[in-house]
Amino acid sequence: MKMDNTMPLEYQTEQSRLNIFGFWVFLGAEIMLFGTLFASFFTLEGRTGSGPTGAEIFEITPVLVETFLLLTSSFTIGLGVHAMRIANKKAMIAFFSITLILGLGFLGFEIFEFIHYVHEGAGLQASAFTSILLTTLGTHGAHVTFGLFWGLFIILQVKKRGLTPETANKSFIFSLYWHFLDVVWIFIFSFIYLKGMM
Amino acid sequence: MDFFDRFAIPHPSPVIYASMVAIGLTVIAIVAGLTYFKKWGYLWREWITTVDHKRIGIMYLLSALLMLFRGGVDALMMRAQTAVPENTLLDAQHYNEIFTTHGVVMIIFMAMAFIIALMNFVVPLQIGARDVAFPRLNNLSFWLYFMGAMLFNLSFVIGGSPSAGWTSYFPLAGNEFSESVGTNYYMLAIQISGIGTLMTGINFIATILKMRAPGMKLMKMPMFTWSALITNLIIVFAFPVLTVALAMGTMDRLFGSNFFTTTDGGMDMLWANLFWVWGHPEVYILILPAFGIYSEIIPTFARRNLYGYKSMVASMVLISLLSFFVWVHHFFTMGQGALVNSIFSISTMAIAVPTGIKIFNWLFTLWKGKIKFTVPMLYSLGFLPIFTIGGVTGVMLGMSAADYQYHNTMFLVAHFHLVIIPGVVFAMIAGLTYWWPKMFGFMLNERIGKWTFWFIAGGTCLAFFPMFISGLDGQARRMYTYSEATGFGIWNMLSFIGALGLAAGFVLLVYNIYYSTRYASRDIGDDPWDARSLEWATHNPVPEYNFAITPQVNSSEAFWDSKKNGHTLFKGDYKEIHMPNNSGVPFIMSIIFFVLGFALVFSMWIVAIVSLIGIFACLAHRSFEKDHGHHISVEEIEKTEAEMRGAK
Repeated sequence: MKMDNTMPLEYQTEQSRLNIFGFWVFLGAEIMLFGTLFASFFTLEGRTGSGPTGAEIFEITPVLVETFLLLTSSFTIGLGVHAMRIANKKAMIAFFSITLILGLGFLGFEIFEFIHYVHEGAGLQASAFTSILLTTLGTHGAHVTFGLFWGLFIILQVKKRGLTPETANKSFIFSLYWHFLDVVWIFIFSFIYLKGMM
Repeated sequence: MDFFDRFAIPHPSPVIYASMVAIGLTVIAIVAGLTYFKKWGYLWREWITTVDHKRIGIMYLLSALLMLFRGGVDALMMRAQTAVPENTLLDAQHYNEIFTTHGVVMIIFMAMAFIIALMNFVVPLQIGARDVAFPRLNNLSFWLYFMGAMLFNLSFVIGGSPSAGWTSYFPLAGNEFSESVGTNYYMLAIQISGIGTLMTGINFIATILKMRAPGMKLMKMPMFTWSALITNLIIVFAFPVLTVALAMGTMDRLFGSNFFTTTDGGMDMLWANLFWVWGHPEVYILILPAFGIYSEIIPTFARRNLYGYKSMVASMVLISLLSFFVWVHHFFTMGQGALVNSIFSISTMAIAVPTGIKIFNWLFTLWKGKIKFTVPMLYSLGFLPIFTIGGVTGVMLGMSAADYQYHNTMFLVAHFHLVIIPGVVFAMIAGLTYWWPKMFGFMLNERIGKWTFWFIAGGTCLAFFPMFISGLDGQARRMYTYSEATGFGIWNMLSFIGALGLAAGFVLLVYNIYYSTRYASRDIGDDPWDARSLEWATHNPVPEYNFAITPQVNSSEAFWDSKKNGHTLFKGDYKEIHMPNNSGVPFIMSIIFFVLGFALVFSMWIVAIVSLIGIFACLAHRSFEKDHGHHISVEEIEKTEAEMRGAK
């Protein structure tokens, strides 16, 4: 394998660079996916039928906690990647673990929020608005859930195999994914919750 | 027995029972044949688990041909039913099912597979790469596509086919009006195959942008590679829209959500919009690679270099951008108002400009060329006039005011078949014939090929020109019959005869493959067409590693330069080559996807959950797996190269 030692560990092999580039393209597709969900959300937002409106069911406290947890996790995974670049395996695993715990906390609050919605009569079937609301939030939540497992696998691999060009590459790509979910959440927070509560 | 009732066909007919028997017998014959000839191991090692882009391309190709016949039978049945007024060959429900499956099979499972087949085979060779960027993902893409296609075709014999049209508009496609599981099949089969297509898109963007041979700048790429790049960009930006739309449709049907319903705020037009936001770019996903193929074939057989390389690229980029801004023209009559319709009218007609530029570029390439009338060239020359007729009638349809007259008539059917058939089908057969020697090491028979061309080209014209007339006269599409007093009978009979001609053409195509496999000469050299781009610089058939030495490129026709101007393509000595390993996991994962889809179609939740866990297990396996590929040593390369040269 050809190695380019002038680059960070995760970029050193040809395949690593391809993986990172390919993942960026994948994120482009993900932007379209969430973009479509947002466009549909804006279309169906006011079509509440016999179900509740956003202003009636949204509560600021759990949403703020979720936002805080997820934004912090984006910061800690950044620290994790920094630790990886200075070859501090222990710190990296610690920061990645903190990230996943914060993600788990986010997911817990989101599940709590969903149960709350169903109790308020805002289940998937209530109206077009609740259908798209739960689908958009659920798609993001499913991504976070997937990320938790993925992140866990990566931590296990780093722990066992150490920081190699391969594990570093995987970790870096995972961090891109995690940051992306954070960006999506910022849009959800601004254009679904805040706009809905106004 | 309630549990089993749902698997029954809601509208059984002798044709369906006969197909069940035929499918059963075919499966038994294949299994028995493989066992008898002891080919299971070979099939598994060399094909099912392969990560070689060339073999994956060939598998796509075979699947596409299979689907061509599946969709073709639907087409013949439709034409037969409408050939005479008040025909009773098929009932209304059965007719609805076959025009739905004809559309889906031809677009999603035939045309898409065909273009991906040729992209897979040709693009890495044209850019001088050893494989695609993510070879294993490529294998997964194929199997997801294949399992999606199989799931869709299963609907014919288990549970009933979808019958809401290939556009599957809501509320017709909702539970209220489509009670059978047919539309569930539609949603899930296309979803599974669509995931595969999206991954192909990502794979080829990375391949083309990052793996080109040294010296091949973007503006020195062969035109087919350019068209593949643009196509894959459209795939990556259009398919997620379909993913979301299909997921919403699935949820409406399975979980009672209210996206596209007519109650509780649901909005049926949202489906139409989302579908066509994907659907119109999809048209260009199909046509751009076809343009790329013509741009390879015309210069080769006109013996001139391609006229207007830069404008060819620019017009493709422009088409790809415009393709995202025209979707409303599919439903001008569905209540947007004059302003919106006018905007989309103008953007639609604007697409004719870059397309026209391409047509003129091909004409100028032909101008004063020493044209050789080979089979691929015949298709290219047939494409130019027929496609132009299809195209200008499209501009007519694009005028929203006039569209109220044409909408949903046979005029529209004539238009889109006359762009898709010369555009995509001609190009695919031309490309198939052109690259066949690269794939298999022998050429298809030219004489049979020319007969095939005349049957297909003549059949196309005879089948679809009459529809312009009956359509302008008011014959609606998707009507299973009509009265004698309408006077549509004669036009539909002509169409039927044309369809038979097309069918004869496709049968000839298969006969040609059989005939050439048996009798064609294997001694054809590496470059039988005297062609211009890099794929012809390696051996026939292509060795596993494509090029023993990575080629050096200096222009968009590097191989031509090496033949005529003394450019050295291969500099240096053999070096050890790194290749990816085969893997069975993508195949297993795709089978689990198939089971998941089937379980969801019939709302079998436990099976669905178990399958989901299975899919995650495959992903986890991939995450932990250590797979560093293997190396081909210099001795092995020397041996292979010596053998290849000796064979000539």
